[in-house]
Amino acid sequence: MDLFHNLAIGFATAAQPANLLYAFFGCLLGTLIGVLPGLGPLATIAMLLPITYALQPDAALIMLAGIYYGAQYGGSTTAIVVNLPGESSSVVTTIDGYQMAKQGRAGVALSTAAIGSFFAGCVATLALAALAGPLTATALLFGPKEFFALMILGLILASVLSSGPFLEGIGMVVLGMLLSLVGTDLNSGSQRFAFGIPQLFDGLDFVPLAMGIFGFAEIVKNLEQDDKLSVVTQKITNLFPTREDFRRMVPAMLRGTTLGTLLGVLPGGGAVLSSFASYTLEKKLSRHPEQFGKGAIEGVAGPESANNAGAQTSFIPLLTLGVPSNVVMALMVGAMNIHNIHPGPEVMTKNPTLFWGLIASMWVGNLMLLILNLPLVGLWVKLLTIPYRYLFPAIMVFCSIGVYSINSGTFEVYEAAVFCVFGYVLIKLQLPAAPLLLGLVLGPAIEENFRRAMVLSRGDATVLLTSPISASLLAAAAIAIILIMLPTIRARREEALQE
Amino acid sequence: MKGLAIRNHRAFASGALFLAFAIFFFVTALQYPAGTAAKMGPGYFPRLLAIVLATIGLVVILSAMKSAAGRETLRAWDIKGLAWITGSVILFGALLFPLGLVGALFVLIMVSSRASPEFTWTGALTNAAVLIVLCLAVFVYGLGLPLPVWPSLLN
Repeated sequence: MDLFHNLAIGFATAAQPANLLYAFFGCLLGTLIGVLPGLGPLATIAMLLPITYALQPDAALIMLAGIYYGAQYGGSTTAIVVNLPGESSSVVTTIDGYQMAKQGRAGVALSTAAIGSFFAGCVATLALAALAGPLTATALLFGPKEFFALMILGLILASVLSSGPFLEGIGMVVLGMLLSLVGTDLNSGSQRFAFGIPQLFDGLDFVPLAMGIFGFAEIVKNLEQDDKLSVVTQKITNLFPTREDFRRMVPAMLRGTTLGTLLGVLPGGGAVLSSFASYTLEKKLSRHPEQFGKGAIEGVAGPESANNAGAQTSFIPLLTLGVPSNVVMALMVGAMNIHNIHPGPEVMTKNPTLFWGLIASMWVGNLMLLILNLPLVGLWVKLLTIPYRYLFPAIMVFCSIGVYSINSGTFEVYEAAVFCVFGYVLIKLQLPAAPLLLGLVLGPAIEENFRRAMVLSRGDATVLLTSPISASLLAAAAIAIILIMLPTIRARREEALQE
Repeated sequence: MKGLAIRNHRAFASGALFLAFAIFFFVTALQYPAGTAAKMGPGYFPRLLAIVLATIGLVVILSAMKSAAGRETLRAWDIKGLAWITGSVILFGALLFPLGLVGALFVLIMVSSRASPEFTWTGALTNAAVLIVLCLAVFVYGLGLPLPVWPSLLN
């Protein structure tokens, strides 16, 4: 079997001591930032991007991926013990997880989350390996107009699935694309929107923008809300679910994993969406919907499996089609670009060890996380007693050094300061920042493919609708827009996505 | 004119933000040759996007003024917190070369700590000492990042 051959290559790469070490480091760091509220995988990966420059590309990607799925494990700990989502993908876990903790079942809730995550991680790794081949083969058939249509579909789905009004999400995507045009136009070599500033000739760097918005502005927001943490101080003793618990959690885990695996692949999907969808599904299917919100174990098992599955399968569109489905994946594009790897169908053929190594490392990482999390849960809970007033200056320090290290220059530091103010404006206007970043990352490729498609068709835009693949992709985008505009679905979406 | 009052201030401001950016990009893009659809110049795509953004901005503004629009106000701003945080980042950038990493980090930590309502001098100073040592250990000695550690006068 080809699949097993490929996985063998992958495990050989992932099992190299250096890669094991970086996977471990990524998982540890991911758990840490997952546990700490107010610091997400996005800011952390952005912070570490410049540092990965010194690493081997496979080690760098393995570590960064570990941070993302590791954060899904860590986030659930905070959700259960403190009733505060450590990560936005564990928002729903607070509902039933914290109730379980209050009933003295914190240990069971934690192990349910960890077992669910591990199971989902294993399934998602296999799904990733199995889907990669066929999807890559499809992507190789794509020309400029198909890629253009695919990216438009991705951006529209991302806005449909982000919180807040749809039109404002699309507005943020377009604004992000406009910002991506800053710098040298590759076709003509002329400068656009650079205003004679040499540091802008290479374009607006992604990292200072992400740090300003998701690092610094987020801190200002967190400081405004003074929330006192109420840690459940009971000793966590019994980690083992009872037979009855198992009977209830296993089906929820299976459903959560399936849902997460599917929603992760969707452009615009990922961990957050998967967890919300899974909670809604569990509540709908349960014979005891009244127990939800009062410590139903399904409300922990389902979403926690789903978010981990979604986090991992969201790598599929990135690795096979070159289209990042969420902001964290957009940052992974940045990480790959640093090492001169261009995400897309060629990664699998040109860098098979990197590709399969990354996939295999996810399984290894999940195993490490299971071991890291259950016995060490007491340590993670202790971390939560660090007051935010000591924590946020640390985030400031790491972000600032990270931004400076991009080019060893202070221009990026000032850029981050500007985007801190901009990010604060967005928070106050409740405009979603994630679509902005996706637009920023995909903008150049969209323009490039659009221009190429138009050259090939001699300026005839109808070619986008006459080619079957691009026409069906654009039709899917149009259907998504029409659906979202329908009043009943709009109301349901607002219900599902409200934070 | 009862129908034209701004009902949703938040959405109105968001639409205005889109419109302002769209006008800025469109006007700037007028300097760049547009070319034709078959042979686009550097100005074609920016103009296209700016028009799309302007349209979205207008629709958002108009729907904020519809009588059916839900009432939403603008949230209060915490200018002080924003100023401490943004200011500390700018100071870090400005002081890194003249003061070196240790000095710049000290200023960054002390200034940003002021943003917290629970600020205490002893707490911030202790935190600064711990974080500076940690950064030197991790970034300078551990990862070997090229950072100026001490004031430039000493070198």
